[in-house]
Amino acid sequence: MDKKRTDKSRSLKSFLLSRNTVQAIAALASNIHIPNFIKGEIYTGNMKYSCVPGLNCYSCPGATGACPIGSFQAAAGSQKFGFSFYVLGIAMIFGVLCGRFICGFLCPFGWFQDLLHKIPVRKFSTKNLKVLTYLKYVILVVAVGLLPALLVNNAGIGAPYFCKYVCPQGVMQGAIPLAIANEGIRSALGPLFMWKSIVLAAVIILSILIYRPFCKWICPLGAFYALLNRVSFLQYRVDEEKCISCGKCARVCKMDVDITKNVSHLECIRCGECKNSCPTEAISISIALRKNQIKERV
Amino acid sequence: MKKRDIRIMPWIFLAAAIVFTVAGVFRGEAAAVLGKAIKICLECVGIG
Repeated sequence: MDKKRTDKSRSLKSFLLSRNTVQAIAALASNIHIPNFIKGEIYTGNMKYSCVPGLNCYSCPGATGACPIGSFQAAAGSQKFGFSFYVLGIAMIFGVLCGRFICGFLCPFGWFQDLLHKIPVRKFSTKNLKVLTYLKYVILVVAVGLLPALLVNNAGIGAPYFCKYVCPQGVMQGAIPLAIANEGIRSALGPLFMWKSIVLAAVIILSILIYRPFCKWICPLGAFYALLNRVSFLQYRVDEEKCISCGKCARVCKMDVDITKNVSHLECIRCGECKNSCPTEAISISIALRKNQIKERV
Repeated sequence: MKKRDIRIMPWIFLAAAIVFTVAGVFRGEAAAVLGKAIKICLECVGIG
């Protein structure tokens, strides 16, 4: 009886701690205003002073807070500011605490791609396409930072170029649910919506075949958090004494990272696949306050 | 814990992040973020 109870509580604990569950909770927390999906309107309260950690369009009816990328562009493109210390600061706080753990566990769009990738069809490796991972840094600097501040209209206002032309989230989370419930929005959708729908369709198809193509190649928020992976408090550690160099961790990593070479690799989303696959439990994750808590193998 | 063993960089970045956030609030950026986030972003949803 006691053994049964222990097994039950263990399986409940592992379910609650599983990445999928955390991702589902994070997606719900980022989009808590569910009734707005029926009303066809967005939340307009004070929580939108702040940003959520993941990529989550603030025009989603359920959105709890502001999207860091959309907010940064709004401030950068405004007549008054040209740059947003506020959004940069908030995103830095998230990044310094967790690095790309946010991509792996807290980003709703990352979870969406994970779910798509579970569809059982043939999968393709991106190991030979590593050069494309630099594209997201170009997008971060050019489309999010420079263009909204420099390419302005007569009133001195720049458009949020990433949101306008690239981000598929606005269509998936914003346009589609709003258009279903709100006739005014439905009738206003035009060529730009068509273009963004094509981008969304491409991301969906690619996500089924390739693991997280948007996170790997496009996402400027992922690029920003990647830059903070090395300095974040949350860190992986590879125990040199336990590691038997079997290479299993590198083989299971869908982000094409070999954690034994670099524990704070730019592409590591800290999903924990390597940790779970390690036969000798050489990989661990912790809040690293001391230097010796992140020992790298060279 | 010896002083030289402590990771300094995360604390420096965290302090900088807090300074940026507070500076942004004093510049009025928080209100600008709210102002944008409580309206439907036409560019985001693909209207224009």
